[in-house]
Amino acid sequence: MTQLLLFNVFNGLIIGAFYALMALGLSLILNLSGVINFAHGGFLAIGGYLAYTLIPYLGFWGALVVAPVLTAAIGILVERVLIRRLYGRDPLYSLLLTFGLAFMIEDGTRFIWGAQSLPYRIPTWLAAPLSRSFFFLTGYRVFMVALVAAAVLGLFLILNRTRLGLRIRAGTLDLETVSSLGVNVRVLRSLNFGLGIYLAGLAGVLAAGMLGLQPTVGDNLIMPSFIAIIVGGLGSLPGTLAGGLLIGVASGVTSVFFPSASEAVIYVMMAAVLIVRPRGLFGEEGRF
Amino acid sequence: MPQIDKRVGDAVVWLLLVTAPLWLTYVGGYIELGSRVLIYALAAMALNFLLGFTGVLSFGHAAYFGLGAYGTALTIKYLYPSTPLAMLVGVVAATVAAAIIGPMIVRLRGVYFAMCTIAFGQVFYFIAFQWSSVTGGDDGVSAWHRMPLGFGLATIDILKDNKAFYYFALALFAVCAAAMAFLLRSPFGRTLLAIRENERRARFLGIPVDRHIWASWVISCFFVAVAGALYALLNNFVDPRALRWDQSGNFVIMAVLGGMRSFWGPLIGAAIFIVLQDYLSSETQNWMSFIGLFFVLVVLFFPRGVLGIVRRKAAS
Repeated sequence: MTQLLLFNVFNGLIIGAFYALMALGLSLILNLSGVINFAHGGFLAIGGYLAYTLIPYLGFWGALVVAPVLTAAIGILVERVLIRRLYGRDPLYSLLLTFGLAFMIEDGTRFIWGAQSLPYRIPTWLAAPLSRSFFFLTGYRVFMVALVAAAVLGLFLILNRTRLGLRIRAGTLDLETVSSLGVNVRVLRSLNFGLGIYLAGLAGVLAAGMLGLQPTVGDNLIMPSFIAIIVGGLGSLPGTLAGGLLIGVASGVTSVFFPSASEAVIYVMMAAVLIVRPRGLFGEEGRF
Repeated sequence: MPQIDKRVGDAVVWLLLVTAPLWLTYVGGYIELGSRVLIYALAAMALNFLLGFTGVLSFGHAAYFGLGAYGTALTIKYLYPSTPLAMLVGVVAATVAAAIIGPMIVRLRGVYFAMCTIAFGQVFYFIAFQWSSVTGGDDGVSAWHRMPLGFGLATIDILKDNKAFYYFALALFAVCAAAMAFLLRSPFGRTLLAIRENERRARFLGIPVDRHIWASWVISCFFVAVAGALYALLNNFVDPRALRWDQSGNFVIMAVLGGMRSFWGPLIGAAIFIVLQDYLSSETQNWMSFIGLFFVLVVLFFPRGVLGIVRRKAAS
């Protein structure tokens, strides 16, 4: 029983790490630009498929490094060509635009790589279990959690220790003032968007190794990521991180006792948070 | 715009709708397509009650559309084979669900409101998907069909006769459209417009804004559930795609495409969207890309919608 519980907590942690990685990217973009990026799941799929294509040339590690960067580049391109035009308008329009993009990306990946599920090779030494009594602890899973932790740490270092991060954080609070202080807000928004998409691409590469690849791979991850943001509180990145891990672990633990309710529990948590604390666990008062 | 113009517009709309079964086949359509346009138009107009006239962005209306559809289908299949009763069950179920969820979200605004409606909408998708012993899971609820309407002496066979079903849908559409127009003209509707224009000022005037938004939300979900019930009857089938988030997106794009600020806008948007979808899905495998592209183009080039552009031209 303890082992089963431990297994599911760990599983929940992995899923939660995915949610958090997705949700942090979404949150970055939402906080600075007020855009809900519906196409985030699509960018996740692009990341995974690009890595799949690159593995024969660069190997597993090369693809892991390059694919998210390429995804971010595509993201920045999309932002410059399309999304930029909608800043400052009713959020309805950016929502609809990214919604259409999500359709196009899903269909596009299906067109290029096919609808069937593709296998994603990971190094054999990573796929083996680490210990016999804890069979679920494969190297890849531990590696994934470590990598997500490193990515999150990197993100918070960027935000707290670099000039770019300072500007992003300031822009989240008051973009107009930041602009009048001589910061190029257009570039700032592009870079911020790219950073968010980078995280989606990274999540895509990691997810490919665990779940395999199909065009809809991002679909199942995007809704929980929204909920992670709502639970954690809009406008707070640590809140988003906590929200992602929390709902991941909660659904993991629930699957021990009521397997069929493991999806439902995250919605129950969202409802509970909205009733007790509408701004979310770590959200600031009066922001939305 | 002058008053007379509006009446002419209304008359033209009703004339076209009433005569549609006569000319649809000559322009390459078919009667079921007409029924589908009507149903989606009702859904988009219901959404627009909230979106265009209260200024609140819901991206989760598919849930209540789907609840209406599932309630109707399950009632006919398991409880009692009566079309009106089944519709009643579906619509009541959806409205009650909306009334319960409402208080949790009406305090939120803008993007946050949109996000929470999406997330709550997914709850029902998961229920329909997971609870397969009742809902049939991914395969949906099949092996049932709509029942002829009985009025004591006479019965109207809406099952076999497509035209009869079209007029049945049109009658409900007319009742719902009239009810919405009436509500919008009432002091309550004017208050909603005031909230849309300037929420803070409305609050200063002592209007209980949250309660009004809740009421508008429930009314909007009620009408979208009527559309959902009709949708289930039209197809004699319902599956979880009826209440997925992409369906919500379709309703929003219809409202935007036609013109959010006008009463008939969503009808025009629905007609364009449904005809386009019907054409694309028969012409190409990659219709999803084209629909996606269509979303992007509408947002970039037609943000005011068809009627918005017409009005602007007329004003200048």
